[in-house]
Amino acid sequence: MKGYLRSDGRKGIRNLVVVAYLVECSRHVAAEIVAPMRGEGVHLIGFSGCFPNDYADRMMTSLCTHPNVGAVLLVGLGCESFDDQRLKKTIEHSGRPVERLVIQESGGTTRSIEQGRRWVRQAADKLRDDAPVDMKIDELVVATICGGSDASSGLTANPAVGRAFDRLIERGATTIFEETGELIGCEQLIASRAANDILGKQIVASIEKAARYYAVYGHGSFAPGNADGGLTTIEEKSLGAYCKSGDSTIMGIIRPSEIPPCGGLYLLDIIPDDEPRFGFPNICDNAEIGELMSCGAHLSLFTTGRGTVVGSAVAPVIKICANPDTYRRLSDDMDIDAGRILEGRGTLDEVADEIIEHIEATADGRQTASERLGHQEFILTYKSEFAPSPRCRAEDG
Amino acid sequence: MSRQKSDEQVITHPHLIRLHGNDNVAATTVNVEEGQLVEIEGREIRAADSVPTGHKMAITEIAAGEKVIKYGVPIGSATCLINPGQYVHTHNLKSDYLPTYTLDGTNRYLDSRGRTT
Repeated sequence: MKGYLRSDGRKGIRNLVVVAYLVECSRHVAAEIVAPMRGEGVHLIGFSGCFPNDYADRMMTSLCTHPNVGAVLLVGLGCESFDDQRLKKTIEHSGRPVERLVIQESGGTTRSIEQGRRWVRQAADKLRDDAPVDMKIDELVVATICGGSDASSGLTANPAVGRAFDRLIERGATTIFEETGELIGCEQLIASRAANDILGKQIVASIEKAARYYAVYGHGSFAPGNADGGLTTIEEKSLGAYCKSGDSTIMGIIRPSEIPPCGGLYLLDIIPDDEPRFGFPNICDNAEIGELMSCGAHLSLFTTGRGTVVGSAVAPVIKICANPDTYRRLSDDMDIDAGRILEGRGTLDEVADEIIEHIEATADGRQTASERLGHQEFILTYKSEFAPSPRCRAEDG
Repeated sequence: MSRQKSDEQVITHPHLIRLHGNDNVAATTVNVEEGQLVEIEGREIRAADSVPTGHKMAITEIAAGEKVIKYGVPIGSATCLINPGQYVHTHNLKSDYLPTYTLDGTNRYLDSRGRTT
Protein backbone atom coordinates (compact mmCIF):
# COMPACT_ATOMS: atom_id res chain seq x y z
CA MET A 1 0.00 0.00 0.00
CA LYS A 2 1.09 3.56 -0.70
CA GLY A 3 0.12 6.71 1.17
CA TYR A 4 0.85 10.41 1.28
CA LEU A 5 2.79 11.42 4.38
CA ARG A 6 1.50 14.47 6.29
CA SER A 7 3.39 16.59 8.82
CA ASP A 8 1.48 15.09 11.77
CA GLY A 9 2.76 11.64 10.83
CA ARG A 10 -0.53 10.39 9.42
CA LYS A 11 -0.69 9.14 5.86
CA GLY A 12 -3.46 9.73 3.34
CA ILE A 13 -4.83 7.19 0.86
CA ARG A 14 -5.85 10.02 -1.47
CA ASN A 15 -4.13 13.32 -2.24
CA LEU A 16 -7.06 15.66 -2.75
CA VAL A 17 -7.59 19.36 -3.22
CA VAL A 18 -10.52 20.41 -1.05
CA VAL A 19 -12.55 23.50 -1.89
CA ALA A 20 -14.39 24.59 1.27
CA TYR A 21 -17.24 27.10 1.32
CA LEU A 22 -17.57 28.85 4.66
CA VAL A 23 -21.20 29.94 4.30
CA GLU A 24 -24.05 28.99 1.97
CA CYS A 25 -23.58 32.33 0.20
CA SER A 26 -20.25 31.15 -1.21
CA ARG A 27 -21.30 27.61 -2.05
CA HIS A 28 -22.18 28.30 -5.67
CA VAL A 29 -18.82 29.91 -6.39
CA ALA A 30 -17.04 27.04 -4.64
CA ALA A 31 -19.07 24.45 -6.56
CA GLU A 32 -18.32 26.19 -9.88
CA ILE A 33 -14.62 26.16 -9.05
CA VAL A 34 -14.81 22.39 -8.52
CA ALA A 35 -17.09 21.61 -11.49
CA PRO A 36 -14.51 21.41 -14.33
CA MET A 37 -12.19 19.30 -12.17
CA ARG A 38 -14.45 16.25 -12.07
CA GLY A 39 -12.43 13.07 -11.71
CA GLU A 40 -9.25 14.97 -10.87
CA GLY A 41 -9.33 14.69 -7.10
CA VAL A 42 -10.94 18.05 -6.26
CA HIS A 43 -13.70 17.79 -3.66
CA LEU A 44 -16.27 20.25 -2.32
CA ILE A 45 -17.03 20.49 1.40
CA GLY A 46 -18.37 23.33 3.50
CA PHE A 47 -20.58 24.73 6.22
CA SER A 48 -23.69 26.68 5.28
CA GLY A 49 -24.36 28.50 8.55
CA CYS A 50 -23.66 32.21 8.89
CA PHE A 51 -23.71 32.17 12.70
CA PRO A 52 -20.68 30.89 14.60
CA ASN A 53 -20.61 27.32 15.85
CA ASP A 54 -17.64 25.78 17.65
CA TYR A 55 -18.54 22.26 16.59
CA ALA A 56 -18.67 23.21 12.90
CA ASP A 57 -15.43 25.12 13.26
CA ARG A 58 -13.68 22.07 14.71
CA MET A 59 -15.20 19.78 12.10
CA MET A 60 -14.00 22.00 9.25
CA THR A 61 -10.54 22.15 10.80
CA SER A 62 -10.39 18.35 11.13
CA LEU A 63 -11.60 17.79 7.59
CA CYS A 64 -9.30 20.38 5.98
CA THR A 65 -6.38 18.65 7.70
CA HIS A 66 -7.65 15.12 7.04
CA PRO A 67 -4.84 12.83 5.87
CA ASN A 68 -6.53 12.35 2.47
CA VAL A 69 -6.37 16.13 1.86
CA GLY A 70 -3.28 17.66 0.26
CA ALA A 71 -4.32 21.27 -0.39
CA VAL A 72 -7.24 23.54 0.54
CA LEU A 73 -9.00 26.51 -1.03
CA LEU A 74 -11.25 28.37 1.43
CA VAL A 75 -14.10 30.30 -0.19
CA GLY A 76 -16.04 32.86 1.82
CA LEU A 77 -18.43 35.64 0.95
CA GLY A 78 -16.74 38.05 3.34
CA CYS A 79 -19.30 38.90 6.03
CA GLU A 80 -19.98 35.44 7.48
CA SER A 81 -18.85 34.71 11.01
CA PHE A 82 -16.60 31.76 10.17
CA ASP A 83 -13.05 32.48 11.32
CA ASP A 84 -11.37 31.79 8.00
CA GLN A 85 -8.06 33.37 9.05
CA ARG A 86 -7.66 30.97 11.94
CA LEU A 87 -8.60 27.99 9.78
CA LYS A 88 -6.12 29.13 7.13
CA LYS A 89 -3.34 29.38 9.73
CA THR A 90 -4.07 25.91 11.05
CA ILE A 91 -3.94 24.45 7.55
CA GLU A 92 -0.69 26.32 6.85
CA HIS A 93 0.80 24.91 10.05
CA SER A 94 -0.07 21.43 8.80
CA GLY A 95 2.20 22.05 5.82
CA ARG A 96 -0.56 22.04 3.23
CA PRO A 97 -0.86 24.64 0.48
CA VAL A 98 -3.88 26.81 1.32
CA GLU A 99 -5.49 29.87 -0.23
CA ARG A 100 -8.32 32.09 0.96
CA LEU A 101 -10.76 33.53 -1.54
CA VAL A 102 -13.20 36.21 -0.38
CA ILE A 103 -15.87 36.90 -2.96
CA GLN A 104 -16.62 40.45 -1.78
CA GLU A 105 -12.94 41.31 -2.21
CA SER A 106 -12.20 39.42 -5.40
CA GLY A 107 -14.76 40.98 -7.73
CA GLY A 108 -17.86 38.86 -7.41
CA THR A 109 -18.95 35.55 -8.88
CA THR A 110 -17.20 35.40 -12.26
CA ARG A 111 -13.83 36.71 -11.18
CA SER A 112 -13.84 34.62 -7.99
CA ILE A 113 -14.58 31.47 -9.96
CA GLU A 114 -11.75 32.27 -12.40
CA GLN A 115 -9.27 32.96 -9.60
CA GLY A 116 -10.34 29.87 -7.69
CA ARG A 117 -10.09 27.60 -10.73
CA ARG A 118 -6.58 28.87 -11.47
CA TRP A 119 -5.41 28.18 -7.91
CA VAL A 120 -7.08 24.76 -7.78
CA ARG A 121 -5.62 23.71 -11.14
CA GLN A 122 -2.12 24.64 -10.00
CA ALA A 123 -2.58 22.97 -6.62
CA ALA A 124 -3.88 19.77 -8.22
CA ASP A 125 -0.98 19.68 -10.70
CA LYS A 126 1.49 20.16 -7.88
CA LEU A 127 -0.06 17.39 -5.76
CA ARG A 128 0.44 14.96 -8.63
CA ASP A 129 4.20 15.37 -8.15
CA ASP A 130 4.00 14.23 -4.51
CA ALA A 131 5.83 10.95 -4.08
CA PRO A 132 3.79 8.41 -2.13
CA VAL A 133 5.46 6.47 0.66
CA ASP A 134 4.92 2.93 1.91
CA MET A 135 1.87 2.57 4.10
CA LYS A 136 0.95 -0.40 6.22
CA ILE A 137 -2.46 -1.61 7.26
CA ASP A 138 -1.72 -0.66 10.90
CA GLU A 139 -1.68 2.99 9.76
CA LEU A 140 -5.21 2.72 8.43
CA VAL A 141 -8.34 4.03 10.17
CA VAL A 142 -11.49 2.27 8.93
CA ALA A 143 -15.01 3.32 9.92
CA THR A 144 -18.34 1.58 9.50
CA ILE A 145 -21.87 2.86 9.12
CA CYS A 146 -25.18 1.34 8.06
CA GLY A 147 -28.00 3.00 6.19
CA GLY A 148 -31.10 1.89 4.35
CA SER A 149 -31.10 -1.23 6.51
CA ASP A 150 -33.54 -4.11 6.16
CA ALA A 151 -33.88 -7.56 7.73
CA SER A 152 -30.94 -8.83 5.70
CA SER A 153 -28.48 -6.25 7.08
CA GLY A 154 -28.08 -8.02 10.40
CA LEU A 155 -27.65 -11.42 8.74
CA THR A 156 -25.08 -10.73 6.04
CA ALA A 157 -23.34 -7.38 5.57
CA ASN A 158 -23.17 -6.30 9.23
CA PRO A 159 -21.71 -9.52 10.68
CA ALA A 160 -19.33 -9.74 7.70
CA VAL A 161 -18.07 -6.23 8.50
CA GLY A 162 -17.67 -7.35 12.13
CA ARG A 163 -15.42 -10.21 11.02
CA ALA A 164 -13.46 -7.87 8.76
CA PHE A 165 -13.04 -5.45 11.68
CA ASP A 166 -11.62 -8.24 13.86
CA ARG A 167 -9.11 -9.15 11.15
CA LEU A 168 -8.09 -5.51 10.65
CA ILE A 169 -7.53 -5.11 14.40
CA GLU A 170 -5.42 -8.28 14.53
CA ARG A 171 -3.21 -6.60 11.96
CA GLY A 172 -2.95 -3.40 14.02
CA ALA A 173 -5.45 -1.18 12.23
CA THR A 174 -7.79 1.29 13.92
CA THR A 175 -11.54 0.82 13.49
CA ILE A 176 -14.49 3.02 14.47
CA PHE A 177 -18.17 2.22 14.90
CA GLU A 178 -20.94 4.51 16.09
CA GLU A 179 -24.74 4.87 16.24
CA THR A 180 -25.16 4.64 20.01
CA GLY A 181 -28.87 5.24 19.37
CA GLU A 182 -29.06 1.81 17.74
CA LEU A 183 -27.28 0.04 20.55
CA ILE A 184 -30.14 0.42 23.03
CA GLY A 185 -30.86 -2.91 24.63
CA CYS A 186 -27.34 -4.26 24.59
CA GLU A 187 -25.56 -1.72 26.81
CA GLN A 188 -24.29 -4.32 29.26
CA LEU A 189 -23.04 -6.56 26.51
CA ILE A 190 -21.10 -3.72 24.89
CA ALA A 191 -19.78 -2.59 28.27
CA SER A 192 -18.49 -6.12 28.87
CA ARG A 193 -16.24 -5.72 25.83
CA ALA A 194 -14.68 -2.54 27.16
CA ALA A 195 -10.96 -2.56 27.92
CA ASN A 196 -11.69 -1.58 31.53
CA ASP A 197 -14.55 -0.93 33.96
CA ILE A 198 -14.44 2.85 33.73
CA LEU A 199 -14.83 2.66 29.99
CA GLY A 200 -17.63 0.11 30.38
CA LYS A 201 -19.61 2.51 32.58
CA GLN A 202 -18.96 5.31 30.14
CA ILE A 203 -20.30 3.23 27.26
CA VAL A 204 -23.51 2.47 29.18
CA ALA A 205 -23.89 6.20 29.92
CA SER A 206 -23.37 7.14 26.29
CA ILE A 207 -26.10 4.77 25.13
CA GLU A 208 -28.51 6.01 27.82
CA LYS A 209 -27.75 9.54 26.67
CA ALA A 210 -28.59 8.55 23.09
CA ALA A 211 -31.90 7.03 24.21
CA ARG A 212 -32.83 10.23 26.03
CA TYR A 213 -31.76 12.43 23.14
CA TYR A 214 -33.68 10.47 20.54
CA ALA A 215 -36.73 10.29 22.78
CA VAL A 216 -36.91 14.09 22.75
CA TYR A 217 -37.06 14.01 18.96
CA GLY A 218 -39.64 11.24 18.85
CA HIS A 219 -37.29 8.50 17.79
CA GLY A 220 -37.03 6.80 21.15
CA SER A 221 -39.65 4.15 20.55
CA PHE A 222 -37.71 0.94 20.81
CA ALA A 223 -40.76 -1.03 21.83
CA PRO A 224 -40.06 -4.74 22.01
CA GLY A 225 -41.93 -7.03 19.68
CA ASN A 226 -41.03 -5.96 16.18
CA ALA A 227 -41.65 -9.44 14.90
CA ASP A 228 -42.04 -8.72 11.22
CA GLY A 229 -38.53 -9.55 10.14
CA GLY A 230 -38.19 -12.33 12.66
CA LEU A 231 -36.86 -10.14 15.44
CA THR A 232 -38.09 -11.38 18.81
CA THR A 233 -36.38 -9.12 21.36
CA ILE A 234 -34.94 -5.62 21.59
CA GLU A 235 -31.51 -7.17 22.23
CA GLU A 236 -31.75 -9.00 18.92
CA LYS A 237 -32.83 -5.87 17.05
CA SER A 238 -29.94 -3.79 18.34
CA LEU A 239 -27.49 -6.62 17.75
CA GLY A 240 -28.20 -6.45 14.04
CA ALA A 241 -26.52 -3.04 13.91
CA TYR A 242 -24.08 -3.69 16.72
CA CYS A 243 -22.52 -6.77 15.12
CA LYS A 244 -20.69 -4.48 12.67
CA SER A 245 -18.24 -3.91 15.52
CA GLY A 246 -17.07 -7.53 15.60
CA ASP A 247 -15.77 -9.23 18.74
CA SER A 248 -12.67 -7.20 19.58
CA THR A 249 -12.03 -5.28 22.79
CA ILE A 250 -13.37 -1.72 22.75
CA MET A 251 -10.39 0.54 23.43
CA GLY A 252 -12.16 3.84 24.00
CA ILE A 253 -14.97 6.28 23.31
CA ILE A 254 -14.13 9.13 20.96
CA ARG A 255 -16.01 12.27 20.00
CA PRO A 256 -16.26 13.97 16.61
CA SER A 257 -12.89 15.44 15.52
CA GLU A 258 -11.00 13.27 17.99
CA ILE A 259 -8.31 11.01 16.57
CA PRO A 260 -8.11 7.54 18.14
CA PRO A 261 -4.84 7.43 20.11
CA CYS A 262 -3.78 3.94 19.03
CA GLY A 263 -4.93 0.92 17.07
CA GLY A 264 -7.99 -1.14 17.95
CA LEU A 265 -11.73 -0.61 18.08
CA TYR A 266 -13.34 2.69 19.14
CA LEU A 267 -16.94 3.77 19.69
CA LEU A 268 -17.72 7.20 18.30
CA ASP A 269 -20.24 9.01 20.52
CA ILE A 270 -21.94 11.57 18.30
CA ILE A 271 -24.55 12.75 20.82
CA PRO A 272 -23.80 16.11 22.49
CA ASP A 273 -23.75 16.13 26.28
CA ASP A 274 -26.05 19.07 26.88
CA GLU A 275 -29.80 19.40 26.47
CA PRO A 276 -30.93 18.64 22.91
CA ARG A 277 -30.41 21.69 20.68
CA PHE A 278 -30.15 22.25 16.93
CA GLY A 279 -32.42 19.30 16.05
CA PHE A 280 -31.46 15.75 15.22
CA PRO A 281 -27.88 14.84 16.10
CA ASN A 282 -27.22 13.61 12.57
CA ILE A 283 -29.75 14.39 9.90
CA CYS A 284 -28.61 11.75 7.40
CA ASP A 285 -25.96 9.12 6.70
CA ASN A 286 -23.50 11.62 5.22
CA ALA A 287 -23.55 13.71 8.40
CA GLU A 288 -22.38 10.55 10.21
CA ILE A 289 -19.74 9.82 7.59
CA GLY A 290 -18.50 13.41 8.03
CA GLU A 291 -17.98 12.82 11.74
CA LEU A 292 -16.24 9.49 11.16
CA MET A 293 -13.91 11.27 8.72
CA SER A 294 -13.28 14.01 11.28
CA CYS A 295 -11.82 11.27 13.51
CA GLY A 296 -9.35 10.45 10.79
CA ALA A 297 -11.17 7.59 9.05
CA HIS A 298 -9.46 6.99 5.72
CA LEU A 299 -12.49 5.16 4.36
CA SER A 300 -15.91 3.92 5.44
CA LEU A 301 -17.59 0.55 5.09
CA PHE A 302 -21.24 1.31 4.37
CA THR A 303 -23.67 -1.59 4.78
CA THR A 304 -27.08 -1.30 3.19
CA GLY A 305 -30.04 -3.61 2.68
CA ARG A 306 -32.52 -1.46 0.78
CA GLY A 307 -29.69 0.16 -1.12
CA THR A 308 -28.01 3.52 -0.89
CA VAL A 309 -26.08 5.17 -3.69
CA VAL A 310 -24.10 7.76 -1.75
CA GLY A 311 -20.37 8.12 -1.42
CA SER A 312 -18.55 10.94 0.30
CA ALA A 313 -16.19 13.80 -0.23
CA VAL A 314 -12.71 13.35 1.30
CA ALA A 315 -12.81 9.64 2.22
CA PRO A 316 -13.85 6.76 -0.06
CA VAL A 317 -16.96 4.73 0.80
CA ILE A 318 -17.08 0.97 0.18
CA LYS A 319 -20.70 -0.13 -0.15
CA ILE A 320 -21.58 -3.58 1.07
CA CYS A 321 -25.02 -4.72 -0.02
CA ALA A 322 -26.81 -7.01 2.43
CA ASN A 323 -29.76 -7.95 0.22
CA PRO A 324 -29.22 -9.98 -2.97
CA ASP A 325 -32.31 -8.53 -4.72
CA THR A 326 -31.11 -4.99 -3.99
CA TYR A 327 -27.69 -5.90 -5.31
CA ARG A 328 -29.18 -7.04 -8.60
CA ARG A 329 -31.13 -3.78 -8.92
CA LEU A 330 -28.31 -1.45 -7.87
CA SER A 331 -25.19 -3.44 -8.71
CA ASP A 332 -23.56 -0.45 -10.39
CA ASP A 333 -23.59 1.37 -7.05
CA MET A 334 -22.35 -1.52 -4.93
CA ASP A 335 -18.84 -2.73 -4.22
CA ILE A 336 -19.61 -6.00 -2.47
CA ASP A 337 -22.50 -8.48 -2.77
CA ALA A 338 -22.84 -9.68 0.82
CA GLY A 339 -26.42 -10.79 0.16
CA ARG A 340 -25.09 -13.76 -1.75
CA ILE A 341 -24.74 -15.40 1.65
CA LEU A 342 -28.55 -15.64 1.72
CA GLU A 343 -28.48 -17.55 -1.55
CA GLY A 344 -25.79 -20.00 -0.54
CA ARG A 345 -23.24 -18.39 -2.83
CA GLY A 346 -20.82 -17.44 -0.10
CA THR A 347 -20.13 -17.41 3.61
CA LEU A 348 -19.59 -14.64 6.13
CA ASP A 349 -15.88 -15.45 6.12
CA GLU A 350 -15.66 -15.22 2.34
CA VAL A 351 -17.42 -11.85 2.36
CA ALA A 352 -15.14 -10.66 5.17
CA ASP A 353 -12.14 -11.67 3.02
CA GLU A 354 -13.59 -9.71 0.13
CA ILE A 355 -14.09 -6.65 2.37
CA ILE A 356 -10.42 -6.78 3.41
CA GLU A 357 -9.39 -7.10 -0.23
CA HIS A 358 -11.49 -4.05 -1.13
CA ILE A 359 -10.06 -2.04 1.77
CA GLU A 360 -6.50 -2.76 0.69
CA ALA A 361 -7.19 -2.05 -2.98
CA THR A 362 -9.11 1.16 -2.18
CA ALA A 363 -6.31 2.32 0.10
CA ASP A 364 -3.93 1.61 -2.73
CA GLY A 365 -5.83 3.92 -5.04
CA ARG A 366 -8.50 1.78 -6.72
CA GLN A 367 -11.75 3.69 -7.08
CA THR A 368 -14.83 2.49 -5.21
CA ALA A 369 -18.18 2.37 -7.00
CA SER A 370 -19.26 5.73 -5.61
CA GLU A 371 -15.93 7.35 -6.51
CA ARG A 372 -16.23 6.03 -10.05
CA LEU A 373 -19.75 7.47 -10.31
CA GLY A 374 -18.64 10.86 -9.00
CA HIS A 375 -20.44 10.76 -5.64
CA GLN A 376 -18.97 13.32 -3.25
CA GLU A 377 -21.82 13.95 -0.82
CA PHE A 378 -21.06 16.15 2.14
CA ILE A 379 -23.17 17.82 4.82
CA LEU A 380 -22.32 19.59 8.04
CA THR A 381 -24.95 21.06 10.32
CA TYR A 382 -25.09 22.94 13.60
CA LYS A 383 -24.42 20.95 16.74
CA SER A 384 -23.49 21.63 20.34
CA GLU A 385 -19.79 21.50 21.05
CA PHE A 386 -18.68 18.30 22.74
CA ALA A 387 -17.18 18.22 26.18
CA PRO A 388 -13.63 16.91 26.27
CA SER A 389 -13.62 13.17 25.93
CA PRO A 390 -13.96 11.42 29.29
CA ARG A 391 -10.94 9.60 30.67
CA CYS A 392 -12.14 6.25 29.59
CA ARG A 393 -9.54 4.73 27.39
CA ALA A 394 -7.70 1.49 27.76
CA GLU A 395 -4.39 3.19 28.51
CA ASP A 396 -6.00 5.10 31.41
CA GLY A 397 -7.20 1.98 33.17
CA MET B 1 -23.61 -30.24 -2.03
CA SER B 2 -26.65 -32.16 -3.27
CA ARG B 3 -27.45 -35.02 -0.92
CA GLN B 4 -30.92 -36.00 -2.09
CA LYS B 5 -32.26 -39.05 -0.31
CA SER B 6 -34.71 -41.43 -1.87
CA ASP B 7 -37.88 -40.43 -0.08
CA GLU B 8 -37.03 -37.14 1.58
CA GLN B 9 -36.76 -33.58 0.45
CA VAL B 10 -33.36 -32.23 1.42
CA ILE B 11 -32.60 -28.59 0.85
CA THR B 12 -29.44 -28.73 -1.14
CA HIS B 13 -27.59 -25.66 -0.03
CA PRO B 14 -27.30 -24.05 3.37
CA HIS B 15 -30.60 -22.38 4.10
CA LEU B 16 -29.65 -21.57 7.63
CA ILE B 17 -27.08 -19.00 8.67
CA ARG B 18 -25.36 -19.49 11.96
CA LEU B 19 -23.86 -16.08 12.69
CA HIS B 20 -21.47 -17.11 15.43
CA GLY B 21 -19.87 -20.34 16.59
CA ASN B 22 -21.61 -20.14 19.98
CA ASP B 23 -25.09 -19.65 18.56
CA ASN B 24 -27.84 -22.13 19.40
CA VAL B 25 -30.18 -20.65 16.80
CA ALA B 26 -29.67 -19.97 13.11
CA ALA B 27 -31.50 -17.63 10.74
CA THR B 28 -33.35 -19.11 7.77
CA THR B 29 -32.59 -17.76 4.29
CA VAL B 30 -35.77 -19.20 2.74
CA ASN B 31 -39.21 -20.20 3.98
CA VAL B 32 -38.62 -23.58 5.57
CA GLU B 33 -41.62 -25.94 5.71
CA GLU B 34 -42.38 -28.21 8.63
CA GLY B 35 -40.78 -31.62 8.13
CA GLN B 36 -38.13 -30.44 5.69
CA LEU B 37 -34.55 -31.45 6.20
CA VAL B 38 -32.25 -28.46 6.18
CA GLU B 39 -28.52 -28.41 6.25
CA ILE B 40 -26.22 -26.29 8.30
CA GLU B 41 -22.48 -26.62 8.18
CA GLY B 42 -22.72 -30.16 6.82
CA ARG B 43 -25.28 -31.30 9.41
CA GLU B 44 -28.91 -32.08 8.73
CA ILE B 45 -31.72 -30.85 10.93
CA ARG B 46 -35.39 -31.68 10.44
CA ALA B 47 -37.63 -28.63 10.70
CA ALA B 48 -40.14 -29.29 13.48
CA ASP B 49 -42.10 -26.17 12.51
CA SER B 50 -42.42 -23.93 9.48
CA VAL B 51 -40.01 -21.03 9.76
CA PRO B 52 -40.36 -17.90 7.59
CA THR B 53 -37.34 -16.36 5.87
CA GLY B 54 -35.02 -14.49 8.19
CA HIS B 55 -36.57 -15.98 11.34
CA LYS B 56 -34.84 -18.31 13.77
CA MET B 57 -34.59 -22.08 14.10
CA ALA B 58 -33.02 -23.88 17.07
CA ILE B 59 -29.98 -25.88 16.04
CA THR B 60 -29.30 -27.40 19.43
CA GLU B 61 -31.54 -28.31 22.35
CA ILE B 62 -32.27 -25.25 24.50
CA ALA B 63 -33.58 -25.89 28.01
CA ALA B 64 -36.29 -23.73 29.58
CA GLY B 65 -34.61 -20.67 31.09
CA GLU B 66 -31.46 -21.15 29.04
CA LYS B 67 -30.12 -18.22 27.07
CA VAL B 68 -30.89 -18.13 23.38
CA ILE B 69 -27.62 -17.19 21.66
CA LYS B 70 -27.43 -15.29 18.36
CA TYR B 71 -24.47 -13.20 17.20
CA GLY B 72 -22.58 -15.09 19.91
CA VAL B 73 -24.50 -13.39 22.71
CA PRO B 74 -27.82 -13.81 24.54
CA ILE B 75 -30.84 -12.29 22.83
CA GLY B 76 -33.13 -13.45 25.64
CA SER B 77 -34.14 -16.64 27.48
CA ALA B 78 -36.11 -19.69 26.40
CA THR B 79 -39.51 -19.87 28.10
CA CYS B 80 -39.79 -23.64 27.54
CA LEU B 81 -37.74 -26.53 26.18
CA ILE B 82 -36.81 -25.90 22.56
CA ASN B 83 -35.66 -28.84 20.42
CA PRO B 84 -33.37 -28.62 17.39
CA GLY B 85 -35.43 -27.75 14.31
CA GLN B 86 -38.08 -25.81 16.23
CA TYR B 87 -39.10 -22.29 15.38
CA VAL B 88 -37.80 -19.76 17.92
CA HIS B 89 -39.84 -16.60 18.32
CA THR B 90 -42.08 -14.79 20.78
CA HIS B 91 -43.87 -18.03 21.78
CA ASN B 92 -40.75 -19.56 23.32
CA LEU B 93 -38.26 -16.70 23.74
CA LYS B 94 -38.49 -13.62 25.93
CA SER B 95 -36.28 -10.60 26.32
CA ASP B 96 -33.99 -10.31 29.34
CA TYR B 97 -34.09 -6.58 28.87
CA LEU B 98 -36.75 -5.27 31.21
CA PRO B 99 -36.90 -1.49 30.82
CA THR B 100 -40.02 -0.12 29.23
CA TYR B 101 -38.07 2.89 28.01
CA THR B 102 -39.84 5.26 30.30
CA LEU B 103 -37.37 7.81 31.46
CA ASP B 104 -37.54 9.35 34.92
CA GLY B 105 -36.05 12.67 33.83
CA THR B 106 -32.59 11.95 35.17
CA ASN B 107 -31.45 9.89 32.22
CA ARG B 108 -32.34 6.61 33.96
CA TYR B 109 -34.62 3.93 32.65
CA LEU B 110 -37.54 2.77 34.73
CA ASP B 111 -38.74 -0.80 34.43
CA SER B 112 -42.39 -1.80 34.42
CA ARG B 113 -42.51 -1.51 38.23
CA GLY B 114 -41.01 1.93 38.26
CA ARG B 115 -37.61 0.83 39.51
CA THR B 116 -34.49 2.24 37.99
CA THR B 117 -32.40 -0.25 36.11
